[in-house]
Amino acid sequence: MLLISCPYCGERPEEEFAFGGDASVVPPNGAGEGAPVGTETFADYLYLRDNPKGRHREHWIHRYGCQRWIEVERDTVTHEIHAVRVAGEGK
Amino acid sequence: MTADIVRYSIFSLAKQALASHSGWPEAWRKPEPKKRYDVVIIGGGGHGLAAAYYLAKLHGLRNIAVLERGWIGGGNTGRNTTIVRSNYFLRDNANFYEHSLKLWEGLSQDLNFNVMFSQRGNIILNHDFGGADGARTRYNALRLNGIDGEYLTREQVRYRVPDLDFSPTAHFPVFGAVNQPRSGIARHDAVAWGYARAADSLGVDIIENCEVTGFDIQDGTVKGVQTNRGDIAAGKVGIAVAGHSGVVAGMAGLRLPIETHLLQAMVSEPVKPFLDTVVISPGVHVYVSQTDKGEVLMGGALDGYNSYSQRGTWPTIEDVVAGAVAMFPRLRGLRLMRTWGGVMDMTMDGSPIISKTPIRHLYIDGGWCYGGFKATPGSGWVFAHTIANDAPHKLNEAFSLERFRSGRVLTERGVGNFPHHH
Amino acid sequence: MTGARRVPGAGLLAGAPAVSFSFDGRRHTGVAGESLATALLANGERTIARSFKYHRPRGVMGVGNEDPAGLVTLARPSGDEPNSRATMVELYDGLAARGQNAWPSVRWDMTAVTDLLSPLFPAGFYYKTFMGPAAAWPLYEKVIRRIAGLGAVPATPDTELCTSTHAHGDLLIAGGGAAGLQAALVAARAGARVLLADENPWFGLGLLGEDARIDGEPAQTWAKAALEELSGLENVTLLPRTTVAGRYEQGFVILCEKLRDGPALAGDPSPRWRLWKLRVGSTIIATGAIERPMVFANNDRPGVMTVGAVGAYLNRYGLLVGEQVVIAASDDDAHRVASQLARAGAEVTVADTRDSGSGVAAAAGVEVLWRSRVADTAGRGGVAGVQIEGPSGRRWISATIAASRGGWSPALHLYAQTGGKAVWDDARAMFVPGAPEIGAVTVGPCNGTMDLAAALAEATAASSAVCGELGYSVTSAVPTVDGADTASGIPGFATPANRKRSFVDVQNDVTIADLDLAVREGYRSIEHVKRYTTLGMGTDQGKLGNINGIRAIAEARGEPMSSVGTTRFRPPYVPLPIGAVAAHMSPEHHHPMRRTAIHDLHAQAGCVWLKAGAWLRPQFYRRGTETDLEAVNREVLAVRNNVGLVDVSTLGKIELAGPDVVTFLNRIYTNGWSTLKPGMGRYGLMLREDGVVFDDGVTMRLGESHYVMSTTSGGAGAVREWMTRLLETRWRDLNVAVVPVTEQWFAAALAGPMARDVLARVAEGFDVSNEAFPFMGARVGKIAGIPARVFRISFSGEMSYEINVPSDRAVELWKALLEAGKPEAMAPYGVESMGVLRLEKGHFVVGREADGRTTPYDLGLGRMVSSKKWFIGKEALDFPEMKNPQRRHVVGIVPVDRKQRLPGSAHLIHADQIDAVGASQGWIVSSAWSPTFDHDIALALLDGGQARHGERMLAYAPIGGGKADVEIVSPHFYDPDGGRQIG
Repeated sequence: MLLISCPYCGERPEEEFAFGGDASVVPPNGAGEGAPVGTETFADYLYLRDNPKGRHREHWIHRYGCQRWIEVERDTVTHEIHAVRVAGEGK
Repeated sequence: MTADIVRYSIFSLAKQALASHSGWPEAWRKPEPKKRYDVVIIGGGGHGLAAAYYLAKLHGLRNIAVLERGWIGGGNTGRNTTIVRSNYFLRDNANFYEHSLKLWEGLSQDLNFNVMFSQRGNIILNHDFGGADGARTRYNALRLNGIDGEYLTREQVRYRVPDLDFSPTAHFPVFGAVNQPRSGIARHDAVAWGYARAADSLGVDIIENCEVTGFDIQDGTVKGVQTNRGDIAAGKVGIAVAGHSGVVAGMAGLRLPIETHLLQAMVSEPVKPFLDTVVISPGVHVYVSQTDKGEVLMGGALDGYNSYSQRGTWPTIEDVVAGAVAMFPRLRGLRLMRTWGGVMDMTMDGSPIISKTPIRHLYIDGGWCYGGFKATPGSGWVFAHTIANDAPHKLNEAFSLERFRSGRVLTERGVGNFPHHH
Repeated sequence: MTGARRVPGAGLLAGAPAVSFSFDGRRHTGVAGESLATALLANGERTIARSFKYHRPRGVMGVGNEDPAGLVTLARPSGDEPNSRATMVELYDGLAARGQNAWPSVRWDMTAVTDLLSPLFPAGFYYKTFMGPAAAWPLYEKVIRRIAGLGAVPATPDTELCTSTHAHGDLLIAGGGAAGLQAALVAARAGARVLLADENPWFGLGLLGEDARIDGEPAQTWAKAALEELSGLENVTLLPRTTVAGRYEQGFVILCEKLRDGPALAGDPSPRWRLWKLRVGSTIIATGAIERPMVFANNDRPGVMTVGAVGAYLNRYGLLVGEQVVIAASDDDAHRVASQLARAGAEVTVADTRDSGSGVAAAAGVEVLWRSRVADTAGRGGVAGVQIEGPSGRRWISATIAASRGGWSPALHLYAQTGGKAVWDDARAMFVPGAPEIGAVTVGPCNGTMDLAAALAEATAASSAVCGELGYSVTSAVPTVDGADTASGIPGFATPANRKRSFVDVQNDVTIADLDLAVREGYRSIEHVKRYTTLGMGTDQGKLGNINGIRAIAEARGEPMSSVGTTRFRPPYVPLPIGAVAAHMSPEHHHPMRRTAIHDLHAQAGCVWLKAGAWLRPQFYRRGTETDLEAVNREVLAVRNNVGLVDVSTLGKIELAGPDVVTFLNRIYTNGWSTLKPGMGRYGLMLREDGVVFDDGVTMRLGESHYVMSTTSGGAGAVREWMTRLLETRWRDLNVAVVPVTEQWFAAALAGPMARDVLARVAEGFDVSNEAFPFMGARVGKIAGIPARVFRISFSGEMSYEINVPSDRAVELWKALLEAGKPEAMAPYGVESMGVLRLEKGHFVVGREADGRTTPYDLGLGRMVSSKKWFIGKEALDFPEMKNPQRRHVVGIVPVDRKQRLPGSAHLIHADQIDAVGASQGWIVSSAWSPTFDHDIALALLDGGQARHGERMLAYAPIGGGKADVEIVSPHFYDPDGGRQIG
């Protein structure tokens, strides 16, 4: 069971969190309302993933805690957690 | 070129018994890789071995190699819960899995290897009227697609599976159930071994401990693979490495609509026969069956985050075991003997990929989510067709990579671009 | 008989009371607290079990959790416990055990006929036969299944109390032998929070019978002092009878503690098992090494044991397991055991594979045969004779116990569970831990360090290092050791010299010949051999036999051990009681049901409950002898013609505030929000990024920058997390606060043509007239004196007001509303009636018509999709497939013959295709009897349905065979212009 250090609450067990997927995926049309992009570009954004065997940046929500989104950098093989940061603040 | 064949039967077994079983030949040879093959299949799991077998048997190809990084059947073929069914709602899925189920029904005889396909049904409980209504709608879809399916009332379920919790205090009361009687379970390892032996007898080279480290791609066409045992040229290359599809396809520069997740399963200590079907409760998200050895086998949902580790997290084990006990209170007195995990290719729509790729003569079979085992014969069969004809069979047209560009995704469960499907 | 007898005054339980127990109905006497295995051996019970495949007689072979075959069923008032290890059950008065996997009994087992046929049943025989005819396999399977399995599932659910607990610490030490005790002392003295767990009732068992001195004291005295010191320290938790079962990420460890074996006394609330969920900074793995037996012909007879077990029965339990004992060994320690047995009065012969060694056994009068080994055993029902092969040939000697030790296998399971790789060490002839694992250190025999002094040094160093990392300063020194046996000689793998059956896995009946056959047939990988032969797949998971199996495979392959390797180590280390694993997870806790604030009032009103997702809601309120349908019809018609009251507090409520709410709403809803004025609301449709409908609901603008959004009941959590995710990851520049308030507000809706009249009687502070409070308006005021928000929105299609009050005023509000509705005889209505009303109105429901595949266009809601702005899901709506006219659309369905009921769960086909495969063109999603129209109506999803209104089809349900001719119509059956909700 993972131990995740929530930047808001401190170390908490995995059961308090919910996984939110790959954090490296960003919309192709920018962060706001964005410029129109082709459907293929958008489809690739929607469906394709790097799916690394190793370090993975991912979103989690501290669902049964502060309910804030955080970004976790975790190894998908060893489950070692390299970093946890406030979501959206980038690397 | 091929190994000596001894046909397996009670007679050959008796004959060998008199000779202290000294005359059995190798089930499959241990050849050195050749310099060139017409077709190279990467991945010696059930799917890759089946594809090789059908390429040789049905498409007249003989110069075929299956390259396996470790030992054949060592991936998800050898670590799944062995359920075989075709109870799919969407027509494309239903047609494909039903084709696969039909192949299962004659597989032991076709391969001359007992894969112990045991058609003991697959009972999905309903806990209320709404659940029953939705399930009946699904099973009516099966029937209209020519697949067997039935509805069981609470009393019929009680007759069939008396050990479910029928008490008035049951948290998830049994309202009724749907069942696909032709569903079943099979001996997972035997599927890999049976296909390997049968493919080998048709001249296919099965090369274990041979890891692919790269592709030789020229002008958009694959020409061969690099391996830890040297370069191997190939007319065509098929990838069948579900669980690691992203890693292998990545070597060819492909990015896939797949995330890799961990699914755990667990068994109790072996006990005398107690359950002769597979039971699934959508209330607790747990399924329970019993192996021929007597172990009570339990499984549930994914661990919930990307993982390549083949070992799971504890909370899932607790969830699954607690769910199984809620379904079958008598299980409380047993012991949990072994837990394990398999890494799943989870596609973004929950349906598989059996497809050509943007690279000419490179094909991929993957994205099997939870359900690759039951697809083994069907997948090998259509993958062989796709490779041999450089075009998909009608049965796997819908499973193209292209669907993730056109929007014609196949979401059996309607959960969206989130790889958490059944 | 075996000549087993108790040695007066010996063992840890000397002086413990005698208790009576039974095995297979035979009454015996034993010593309280000794293992059941001890008591059975002491009472001459040799065959206590049967093996898995051939049903061969099985006795006690080991002394602890490694024992592969001594499995019995414990009969207990709380429910039978199958597959219990006799070596691990502590004897209590009245214990009743019985043999299992045998008929009629383990002594006389008719199913052992399979053993006679065993030449036909080598490894993997079932893959080669039972194939024809295909239909016959189920019959074969039935027989195979009956012979397989071990004990039986208890007839009734086990009622023993189990519990679980969470705990934290700096350091867990797994294993309380010498190394574990020393590691614990070092860390405890340094002030670290230490947990020390051992699966036995006692700590320091490995030092029993040890002649060495530690720090100048006899080893046992040292261990006793260590334990006393640890017991007195507040920072130490001692956990006897506790197995460290599994090691997981970031210091998470699962332990299982046995609190008692005896039945609970009357009124005693103590649990039988406690599961520990532990989070520690580090784990020191001091689990020792498991003794590895030698392999010889007929090495599965009762009476074949390990040397360590024979020694332990004497030193721990004061039991001499046999009068005549043969010890096969290749190390000096075995001679010490032999000497102890001899001193206890046994006639002992040692066969040592080495040229020479310790003289301690010889000095005690033991016959020592060098360059010798055990070759075979004989005897009915157990060992009676042992054949020894030596330089002068073979000879049989009379003995009832054949104890062997071929070496040791480090119990490195906990190390390997997280991915640690065991590597073969030729010099020590054992698999030892390879590269270190994060958060764990192996010490002592578990690390391959068999020498006592070295093990203590290793434990001291490891514990000191861990403490140092945790910031504790260490003061303890390495204890001195003298008089210990020097390191063992090269342990031998005795390879059987003849073709008789030599077992490596005595639970699953796997022999050397089976392993040879597997390798010959090409199953060369250790995993293949394991799976082909079932080696190590029993309840012991191969603790005793696996390494011998690997050796046999290596020999068959003609390769070194290192190239064979081990199979994967999977948790748990020993099987865990399922009751303990599920201890805190009752379904009620696991899947709790949510109740609304007026749950009790619903119950008093005689409602029929419905589990709707996570909520328990009134389905309808039955009056007198009404049928379900009659009750629903009454409730529906009351709303259509008069007024009704419904609890809608399960709908999600989320408050939004801040200057950028409008921008935010414009991005997450398909429709526009810029023109919405304070005091008004708007219905919104939310899409997933893939263009599929995700959720819907009305959002009210209460103030300049204050909004309250309602969501579906099931979608409340997901919508809120989706919104906070967007605001926290993607649009951090938007200033919007999101506050979920579903639990804080109770909501009830008045619906029906008379709704305004009822409302007028209780509303304070706002004008309820149609002009002052129009459809989609929001007002803040008081209802019956309770501060309230009132929204004029409608799901039923009638005039309707949703009244929101703080949850703690819910009961008050509900009663006041019912009181106010008395002139109209207003009554509450339930979820099912609400469902009929919405169906008549043609509103879709997320999760039904919007089934996770439908777009706004599929639902006929194209007008909700703004072309003037961007919103989530917009790009995906441009995917080529989204514009396919053959997509499935929502349509209405009515039976052609209005008197006919629609079949349940039906699909829509062309009437002439009833036997065609693939005929379904869509299916009915929701259907109900409409009391308003006096016939069935339904919503369906139909291929290209929007262009097919007026078409006739067959609604057909193959299960049950229901059929009805139907007409495709608009989904909006009732008041399609929406005049009634506005008026």
